Amino acid sequence: MRVLASLLLLVASAALAAPVRYPEVRPHAGFRFPADHGAHPAYRIEWWYVTGWLRTERGQDMGFQVTFFRTRPPVGDANPSRFAARQVLFAHAALSDPRVGRLLHGERSARAGFGLAGAKVGDADVAIRDWRLRRLPDGRFATRVGTEEFVLDLTFQPTQPPIAQGVNGYSRKGPRPSQASYYYSLPHLRVSGVAARGTAHERVTGEAWLDREWSSDFLSPEAEGWDWTGLNLDDGSALTAFQVRRKGGGVVWAGGSLRRANGRVTQFAPGDVRFRTLRRWRSAATGAVYPVAQELSVRLPEGVRRFPLQPLFPAQELDSRRSGLPVYWEGAVRTTGGRGYLELTGYTAPLAM
Amino acid sequence: MKAEPGLVRSRLALSWLIAGEWRWHPLRFALTAVAIAVGVALGFAVHLVNGSALRSFDRAVTGVNGAAELAVRASSPLGFDELLYPRVALAAGVADASPVVRLRAQANGRRFDLLGLDVMRAANVTPSLVGQRPNGPDARGDEVFGEDALFLSREALAQLETRVGARVSVTANGRTVPLTVAGLLPAIGEGQAIGVLDIAAAQWRFGRLGRLDRIDLKLADRTAAEAALSDLLPADATLSGAEAEAQQGAGLSRAYRVNLDMLALVALLTGGFLVFSAQSLSVARRLRAFALLRTLGLPKRGIVAAVAAEGLLIGLIGSAAGLAIGYGLASLALRLFGGDLGAGYFNGASGRVAFQPAAAIVFFLLGLAAAVLGSVLPARAASRAAPAAALKNAGDVLDPRAPVPWRPALVLLVAGAGAALLPAVGGLPLFGFASMALLLAGGVAGVPWLARRLLGPLAKRPTARVPALLAVRHIHGAPGEAATALCGIVASTALMIAMATMVTSFRGAVDEWLGQVLAADLYLRVEGGPGFDPAAQAALRATPGVQEIAFSRQLPLTIKPERPPVTLIARAETGRPDALIGSVERVSSPPGTVPVWVSEPARRLYGWDPGETIRLPVSGGAARFHVAGVWRDYARQFGAVVLRAGDYQRLTGDATRDEAAVTLAPGVRGEGVGRAMLARLEPEQRRLTSFAAPRALRRFALELFDRSFAVTYVLEGVAILVGLAGVAATVSAQTMARTREFGMLRHLGVAKRQITAMLGLEGALLGLVGGVAGVLLGGALAQVLIHVINPQSFNFTMTTRVPWGTVAGVVAALVLAGAGTAVLAGRRATAKDAVLAVREDW
Repeated sequence: MRVLASLLLLVASAALAAPVRYPEVRPHAGFRFPADHGAHPAYRIEWWYVTGWLRTERGQDMGFQVTFFRTRPPVGDANPSRFAARQVLFAHAALSDPRVGRLLHGERSARAGFGLAGAKVGDADVAIRDWRLRRLPDGRFATRVGTEEFVLDLTFQPTQPPIAQGVNGYSRKGPRPSQASYYYSLPHLRVSGVAARGTAHERVTGEAWLDREWSSDFLSPEAEGWDWTGLNLDDGSALTAFQVRRKGGGVVWAGGSLRRANGRVTQFAPGDVRFRTLRRWRSAATGAVYPVAQELSVRLPEGVRRFPLQPLFPAQELDSRRSGLPVYWEGAVRTTGGRGYLELTGYTAPLAM
Repeated sequence: MKAEPGLVRSRLALSWLIAGEWRWHPLRFALTAVAIAVGVALGFAVHLVNGSALRSFDRAVTGVNGAAELAVRASSPLGFDELLYPRVALAAGVADASPVVRLRAQANGRRFDLLGLDVMRAANVTPSLVGQRPNGPDARGDEVFGEDALFLSREALAQLETRVGARVSVTANGRTVPLTVAGLLPAIGEGQAIGVLDIAAAQWRFGRLGRLDRIDLKLADRTAAEAALSDLLPADATLSGAEAEAQQGAGLSRAYRVNLDMLALVALLTGGFLVFSAQSLSVARRLRAFALLRTLGLPKRGIVAAVAAEGLLIGLIGSAAGLAIGYGLASLALRLFGGDLGAGYFNGASGRVAFQPAAAIVFFLLGLAAAVLGSVLPARAASRAAPAAALKNAGDVLDPRAPVPWRPALVLLVAGAGAALLPAVGGLPLFGFASMALLLAGGVAGVPWLARRLLGPLAKRPTARVPALLAVRHIHGAPGEAATALCGIVASTALMIAMATMVTSFRGAVDEWLGQVLAADLYLRVEGGPGFDPAAQAALRATPGVQEIAFSRQLPLTIKPERPPVTLIARAETGRPDALIGSVERVSSPPGTVPVWVSEPARRLYGWDPGETIRLPVSGGAARFHVAGVWRDYARQFGAVVLRAGDYQRLTGDATRDEAAVTLAPGVRGEGVGRAMLARLEPEQRRLTSFAAPRALRRFALELFDRSFAVTYVLEGVAILVGLAGVAATVSAQTMARTREFGMLRHLGVAKRQITAMLGLEGALLGLVGGVAGVLLGGALAQVLIHVINPQSFNFTMTTRVPWGTVAGVVAALVLAGAGTAVLAGRRATAKDAVLAVREDW
């Protein structure tokens, strides 16, 4: 359930009488790997979303985000041009360094083709020019992204099997059954690599989270935005939680899961997840007010468990309006007995699909 | 500085001297000021118009280019293979690359530039070309990849008379596609009609699949990028920066603009000569007054200062008026003729006049300098005269028996002739202009000598008629006085004759050439379309009444990015490939080479000589061509290359043709066959196709020629008027100054009628001498224009054709103006009583 679904704003619209028919997300038997690591080009939107914590050799903590989106604009097959925008790719990379105190970020976008950008089918391999995220033959994932301010060159070693969210990976996002996505997560990825800033190269280690999701239609029209969090807990368990907020207050849908260290998974129903604001932060750049510290409560068989979410620092807003993309908050958060990422969208303008 | 106190103390006398002169002869002062004003006005106006036109052209260029610092451009409208794009995008030093399809589009009867862009690349590389939807960035953005979404600049929106959300039918490359105006291009400046469409849609809907016209670049490292790309680019693409593009735009009309600037300066120079002759006479007339002041203690410099102050005043008034008139003229010219003054260099480049302070100051100072110099020179000569002699003698300070110096004139003329032999500097005939200036100066300096020469035989021949005797003796005996009267006349006549001869020669050459070139009976042409495909060609060929039809294709081909493109002409093979083009030189091509025939301008510009092997960016591969001949061409200043149609098709795969020359079967009418041919075309193409008979084409071409020389004609006319005004002013001033002489003659028994006849004869002689000198000098200047300035700036050569009618007319006008004004002034001068006239001291 990730933010850049709103990228669809740029490339697709249900209102458009497009000749393109997108497949609907339906309950299915489960994922098949490594094929499902690769792209599903028929669907309208898909993402490979890595967030995590890094630690430098000197022991400093930083958050990072590397995200690749694939979208299929409502462009028909009739145009034989090589430039026809049948698949479009976006990527975001961000670094949250408390020594900087604000989010460093960069982005790439391109229509697929000419060997300059593309998302492979069959296994994970997405690239835009020199930015790339792929799965290596040995099962690790590797990425390299660079902006004017930083370069990340990281590998991610899975330590646990993927979590299929919802029912076998069929994850509902709204009251209608079609408002859903295929969704799996790879928590507790072991990170190693290099983070470079300016001329300084630092070896880093850490722990990350990969979210994989694809869908054609999941945001209900009354949605204003959503909150999402993914937490790698120190005991080896992993907590996913999200809520889709209704315009004018209330919640359209909510969900998530807890996978315990022993592998047992509890899926949450909409009533099982609650976010409560602890502290707000106002962005001077956009004027948006984000609930950057929250208390997440999830109902478990043994009773309600609460997770306070405290940001690494407040200014983790990602403002890419310059490239015509939306504004959202994507930040590294700490919780009792764990760490993860919190995503807050739709706090500037309501998201629409 | 001993003279200083004297000069200061005598300021009262000086101011009386000047004020008195002004009160007595306001018209003379006004005339000299007008002469300066005309020169300044013309110069300033031409400069302003040129500047405004260039600026709007520059703006248009940056607008369409989106201000990319470097771009890969196709050498011809055929474009280049799109597979070059990823290679360029990933080249070293390139940060991002934005592929562009560029189309000349038309909608609602208006033309605009239609760009096919990948909005995601353009956002990084050329953000000014990215469209904005009406409700800001958070509104629905499905239009960016929409296949019918058109984004328009404000200018285009206004010109197309449409609005956001409306549908428009856009025609480009011969196809008409309905598009929806999805939004604006807010970053595109005023006055630029630009539309942007998705690149895939542009390629598909307008028949440009697989081709690109441009790749705009964002650079990480320019040096690395230039090195990497120059290895990478195929023959049909060039790397060019914004500077090269601007240079190309400027180069398009640079020679023309410089020539106009020079003409305007010539007008100013003539004004200066006029001031010189007027002030010379005024000084001569006041010689006794000056001498008196000198004996009263005014220092030598005082006289110079007084006359210089007069010149300064004339200059100030003339220059100021000139600037105002120039600004007005420029606005008028821009409105009436457009930015290129009708020469057709900038298509649709209109624009408002931009006031240029620096230029204004320069022209003001030039006007001032001309006026002051024109005053100081005669004043210096007068100040040298001994006061005692000058007091008694108001006549010519030269001794009539002394031989007239001819060396300075000869030196100047020889230097001028030498300068004409030097080559162009940076594509501009600077030495040619220097040569003209030297010749002009030499010619004017040689006028006294010429006057002696011409009048010598007349003076020696005894004549019984008193008026003729007196007239001839007067001019022969006072050559210095005659020269001052003549120099303005000679200068303006010479320039006028030179211009007229050049234009006549040019026009004659073009006319003759058109007669050679337009040998067929009917011409067909597609404008703004993809041309006739083979099916259309076959249909046209099969039209009844068509005996023979030769198709050709013309397209611009960029050889060097900073130069305007040459025209590539693919011509059907007939029995003689160069039959149509009147070749000047030809060699036979060795077998196995591709022969091309280059035009004279192309040869001059690129040094392509017959027998040479050259490279042309005709296709992606580096094809080699053998120059098989050179032909004369007046239509394409930047050069043209003829290629056989078969070779062209083999190299480019382009089978379309956009022109056809038809030979009719005997006894059929061209009009009817033309209509029948049009009827055989698809309706879409029929709209874009026109046919014309050679006579109409010839008329049209000559009209175009006349329009582009319209400003020249105007400047010529002004030169004639200035010249005639000069004759009138000098002759009448000289006549008025001789009142005492006339009184004396009356005492000696010469009748009033005889004096008038003498003056008329003198004026006519003066006009004749001036006219003859001017025509001779003009002939020389014309040779410089025709053989140096024209080839060097326009790359055209021609043979001299003398406009005898104009020559005769100008000489006659000069003689009449001289005689007429002398007679009129003489009536006034002899109106007074003879006794009074003799007694009159000043």
